[in-house]
Amino acid sequence: MSRSAFERRGLTFESEAAACGQPLLFCSGSQTARRAASRFFPAYFRSVNFLGSTVSESPDHFALLGLERGFALDPAALEQAFVRAQSKVHPDRFASASAAEKRVAMQWSAAVNGAHQALKSPLRRAAYLCELHGAPIEAETQTAMPSDFLQQQMLWREALDDAGDEGAVRQVIEQVAHAHAALISDLARLLDQEHDYAGAAKQVRQLLFLDKMQRDFAQRAGADDRADELTS
Amino acid sequence: MALLQIAEPGMSVGPHERKLAAGIDLGTTNSLVASVRNSLAEVLPDAEGQPLLPSIVRFLPDGTVVVGREAQQAQALDPRNTIVSVKRLMGRGVKDVINIENLPYDFVDAPGMLRLRTVQGVKSPVQVSAEILRVLRERAEQTLGGELSGAIVTVPAYFDDAQRQATRDAARLAGLNVLRLLSEPTAAALAYGLDHAAQGTFAVYDLGGGTFDISILKVSAGTFEVLATGGDSALGGDDFDHRLYCWALEQANLSLLPPEDQRLLTVKARAAKEQLSARANATMQARLSGGAWLNLAIGAETFAAMTQHLVAKTLEATRRALRDAQLKVGAIDGVVLVGGATRMPHVRRAVRDLFGREPLADIDPDQVVAVGAAIQANLLAGNRERLGSRNDDWLLLDVIPLSLGIETFGGLTEKIIPRNSTIPVARAQEFTTFKDGQTALAIHVVQGERELVSDCRSLARFELSGIPPMVAGAARIRISFEVDADGLLAVSAVEGTTGVSAQIEVKPSYGLSDDEITAMLKESIGAAEHDMLARALREQQVEAERMIAATVSALASDGDLLDALERLAIEKLLAATQARAAGVDADVIKAAIDALAQGTEEFAGRRMNRSIRAALAGKHVEHVLSR
Repeated sequence: MSRSAFERRGLTFESEAAACGQPLLFCSGSQTARRAASRFFPAYFRSVNFLGSTVSESPDHFALLGLERGFALDPAALEQAFVRAQSKVHPDRFASASAAEKRVAMQWSAAVNGAHQALKSPLRRAAYLCELHGAPIEAETQTAMPSDFLQQQMLWREALDDAGDEGAVRQVIEQVAHAHAALISDLARLLDQEHDYAGAAKQVRQLLFLDKMQRDFAQRAGADDRADELTS
Repeated sequence: MALLQIAEPGMSVGPHERKLAAGIDLGTTNSLVASVRNSLAEVLPDAEGQPLLPSIVRFLPDGTVVVGREAQQAQALDPRNTIVSVKRLMGRGVKDVINIENLPYDFVDAPGMLRLRTVQGVKSPVQVSAEILRVLRERAEQTLGGELSGAIVTVPAYFDDAQRQATRDAARLAGLNVLRLLSEPTAAALAYGLDHAAQGTFAVYDLGGGTFDISILKVSAGTFEVLATGGDSALGGDDFDHRLYCWALEQANLSLLPPEDQRLLTVKARAAKEQLSARANATMQARLSGGAWLNLAIGAETFAAMTQHLVAKTLEATRRALRDAQLKVGAIDGVVLVGGATRMPHVRRAVRDLFGREPLADIDPDQVVAVGAAIQANLLAGNRERLGSRNDDWLLLDVIPLSLGIETFGGLTEKIIPRNSTIPVARAQEFTTFKDGQTALAIHVVQGERELVSDCRSLARFELSGIPPMVAGAARIRISFEVDADGLLAVSAVEGTTGVSAQIEVKPSYGLSDDEITAMLKESIGAAEHDMLARALREQQVEAERMIAATVSALASDGDLLDALERLAIEKLLAATQARAAGVDADVIKAAIDALAQGTEEFAGRRMNRSIRAALAGKHVEHVLSR
């Protein structure tokens, strides 16, 4: 598995797809064809307004949910803040409002859901804090990693491939979990105490690797029933 | 003046202005309508006291349409014109429907959604469903004594975008104002949750006539949050009937049957299945059209064995939903059974064995979805009366069942919104051009979990053109996906580097165009045109009065959001609407209203933003307003 494939499964940064140069099938449309097609427009795409206007004006994820900006975050407090914000903006609160108002409610509600998702995982929360403070992760271009870190990765993967019994597998999984937890506590220190966002961004890049590895392990564990899913 | 009183969005209206709202369960086999009356949510029966309306529509040569039991009785006599289980055809093409060769209809393959050729011409499944919905709307309006202000129509949680869109079109065609499309298991969870004052994590196992859903929900004080959902939108009680039908053919050494006999035998199979839910043995007796008699006996164990693979499919989907919710079976505090097919003892046994607990079925599994939908419709309509001693306010947070993405080079799917994302959700991703000087992109929107586009469902294709010529990879095309609270998708694309917002072309690959909907609406209005005109005029006049009052009051309270020019423009539109509202031409009034609505859209959006900011600021004013 290539390195970029590792990272692609980590976070979806907006620049990611562009940087990967994802091509799309192209075609050249004539004016007439365009006009003809626009007749069909309302049938499927009810709205083409770019969602930006409201969302770009909206506060950052922490402010939107009424939370203090910081890496340390009690999951229960996040859930509470999420439900509190959603109960004010959810489209169900505006079911008999005008179309324009419903649209605004939908955008706010989507922004609240987005904030919840971005803050829920420690990895994404750390990445978001780095970006807010001008230290973007840019995992696909910032590829330099300490060589001992890379070496450790390879050792773990090999150990797992060679692991004969349950116990050996569990040992590797525990080691990775331990390293993962250590990185998280590093991040808490770098972000909340030292405010070293560039340093934190480096740790986030490493965490992306470990996160990917943990998901691979989980996938391996559940491989049997997933095989059924793929064939069903 | 009651009509002109404008309630703030989401605020309650006075008790004398209670709005009539209904919840509709548009089922594969049966459909129901329910409403909250006297603080009690209940299913509304027909004139004969029957709550269930069989979802069967018969088109007669004289132009009449019969829905329900009368159509049901004719299904074996006139199978081609008597449409059964139309829900399985919603948003589907001919090649999408499993066992289509066993259906006795005259199919017409059309782009996107198939059509049926009947004695009344070619009908879309949307039109057939609209006939069912129309009967339910009329039943509700007669029972409640007035026009419905809005309705919630339920859909299987696992319905994809095409199926949801088709359902919403059908409701529109039936003259319903759709407050929300609500997932069936979520509606059931609401009914149970409020009834039992439940808290914890629940699984809703919903096996209906033609669809299977499993939803995992977290229920806490006033919040119903769906954590994950799964299912199969083509698996239900019908498939158990079909298995029994095939078994009967084998036993009787029969092969190809005429449509009448196919239908007759299917009806007998269903009756035998229903008997087996109460007894250990059942018989199937039928006189076929050739005069031969069929007489078979079947035991519950034989039936359970021949349908075990269907039950296994539901359990597999259930395990996957639990994995998606990152929960073990032991973390589930309660299991709720929904749908008539959960009456089969071997289905109940399987659910009990998987979860290690007795499932709840104390609310009628046929009615619970409609009841939950009615409770939610009542809330969304703005009626905040107390339902008995229960909480009178709650929040439902639902998810999309299937990932949404676009096709990238090589026929691969790039997921933009993963399944089980809480809705509404908006996500954007940037893409770029592939060739030097490329000025257009074909964008193909798909839904599904598979890596290859050909294995996913194609939702739409559109084209972004007018991109300025650049070297390959220099353009920044931002594709935005927005899924609203009904689970319906809208997609847009913008080229960003030059600030030029390029145009979009859309070719719907399924469903009905707006022109088709309008044509169908006109067709369905037809005879009663005169009444309709008078009613339309009155409606437009009332709407004009409402809009004028709302605009005047908005200008008074939030006029500071407009600059002088903007205000002038709105005042001009307001004067024009006032002048036209006195006239007698509904179309002219409507045009004025539309112009006013369009001209005040930006203003309405700004007011809404202000009010939401204020609402959010309730507890954390310093964060929000400082930005």
